[in-house]
Amino acid sequence: MALSREEVEHIAELARLALSDEELALYQEQLSAILDYMQQLQRLDTAAIAPTATVLPLRSVMREDEPRPPFPHEDILANAPEPRDGCFAVPPVLD
Amino acid sequence: MALHALTIHEAAARLERGEITSLALTEAVIERILALDNDIQAYITLTPEAALEQARAADARRAAGERGPLLGIPLAIKDVICTQGIPTTCGSRILEDFVPPYDATVVERLRKAGAVIVGKTNTDEFAMGSSTENSAFFTTRNPWDLGRVPGGSSGGSAAAVAADECLGALGSDTGGSVRQPAGFCGVVGLKPSYGRVSRYGLVAYASSLDQIGVLAKDVTDAALLLGAIAGHDGRDSTCVDVPVPDYCAALGEGIAGLRIGVPREYFGAGLQPEVEAAVRAALDTLARLGAQVSEVALPHTEYALPVYYLIAPAEASANLARYDGVRYGLRVEASTLAEQYKQTRGRGFGAEVKRRIMLGTYALSAGYYDAYYLKAQKVRTLIKADFERAFEQADVLVCPTAPTTAFRIGEKVDDPLHMYLTDIFTLSMNLAGICGLSLPCGFDANGLPIGLQIMGRAFDEARVLQVASAYERATAWHQRKPPVGR
Repeated sequence: MALSREEVEHIAELARLALSDEELALYQEQLSAILDYMQQLQRLDTAAIAPTATVLPLRSVMREDEPRPPFPHEDILANAPEPRDGCFAVPPVLD
Repeated sequence: MALHALTIHEAAARLERGEITSLALTEAVIERILALDNDIQAYITLTPEAALEQARAADARRAAGERGPLLGIPLAIKDVICTQGIPTTCGSRILEDFVPPYDATVVERLRKAGAVIVGKTNTDEFAMGSSTENSAFFTTRNPWDLGRVPGGSSGGSAAAVAADECLGALGSDTGGSVRQPAGFCGVVGLKPSYGRVSRYGLVAYASSLDQIGVLAKDVTDAALLLGAIAGHDGRDSTCVDVPVPDYCAALGEGIAGLRIGVPREYFGAGLQPEVEAAVRAALDTLARLGAQVSEVALPHTEYALPVYYLIAPAEASANLARYDGVRYGLRVEASTLAEQYKQTRGRGFGAEVKRRIMLGTYALSAGYYDAYYLKAQKVRTLIKADFERAFEQADVLVCPTAPTTAFRIGEKVDDPLHMYLTDIFTLSMNLAGICGLSLPCGFDANGLPIGLQIMGRAFDEARVLQVASAYERATAWHQRKPPVGR
């Protein structure tokens, strides 16, 4: 399962990761080897097997819709890289 | 005996009799940390002033008539568990300066019980690793041999407990991250069943597998710690509303007639001969205590590793999407928002975290979802069914915690697949959602501890603790101390 350089770049783009040339080369090699190892799963016939997403019985957990005090604004903004006017500032998204 | 060397229940008894104060106990633990932690490097953050304040408060609560097994007991918390006002880094540059505005439910419960928090322990970045070598800050050293890893990812907590740098600790276990370091460091490590303990405030790695666990000096202490943190929490919809038994109640009971299953697939190639010998000897001990020991089959064991390393990275790639440099954590400035995300994440995450995000993104991406992620979820069903069948024939299963004892620092860092194999005996349990515990069952020729793993049915922690306690009473391995600080 050899991944091409382009595939690795595409995955990095999907994952929003800026990677150096060295990292791209390393991950191309390592991910190919890991995916080769994963191939052994194809030996099993799972056509009739249901997938397990969680070990718990699937159910919606509901609680009363009661208003509760939120975290204080300033506590949340205290961790922000760039708080501005009570908001999180980011570079412009629209021109 | 020096105060720092006490177990939780020994210290609680002395506190109860008024022979010591929490303040004296906490001071002793802090002194121990200051004396040893330059060598061991178990802690990322120390909170000595706050700890002494909490110790005085615990002494005041006791003077006012309050009682409790954790009142005034100094504990450590793995640095992936949120602590209000105390940095919680997850061993990552991307959260290096993050200070949570709230306590995790488990921390809230420990504080309510009067525990004293002495600091936050080292971990592989976002709990992804088996040695603490993936911590962005430093590698913790095994107290039994400073040239070796303590295991991981809860290696800081395991090393701190082993070196008496705290009386007990919390860790987290997604594929073995409590049990494997407990085995490597010669302490008791308990991973509760999925849904037994609230994950509210545990920084998410793989949400269908993550569970907070405890690291302790003996089985009684593990039971006490679990009792303090277990139970329903409305803030985690996966935390199940089932009764929490008194975990200490079953500790003194015998195990005559109890059925112990030995999964034959766990004794194959790659198992260090000394580990196999120690585990076989432990099984003989359990048989002498009256248990019925017989072989069981877990035929899909060999698939646990590929299943885990598809499901966990897939969930991680989604969970770690939140680190985007907007609301908290590192930000690397760029002219566009998209570029800022990429630069922040490229610089903020370490090599293993990026590797798993890439792997998980690939497994979830269009065209590969069915072949990898869905396939892994289906094989997960088969692995879970293996355990259901085995637990029809046995009350608990017993096997090694890891195939080898602690390896040397640097030995496996360049080979991710080889590193992943160190968790081969622990991963399946997270996939099946069952509970398990590691406790010491011997030492190899290098004097390194060997871990015995006891697995139980979902929500049957009491049974696992009962078997562990019976074994512990019949042996003396847990009394040995590592050669540090003598």
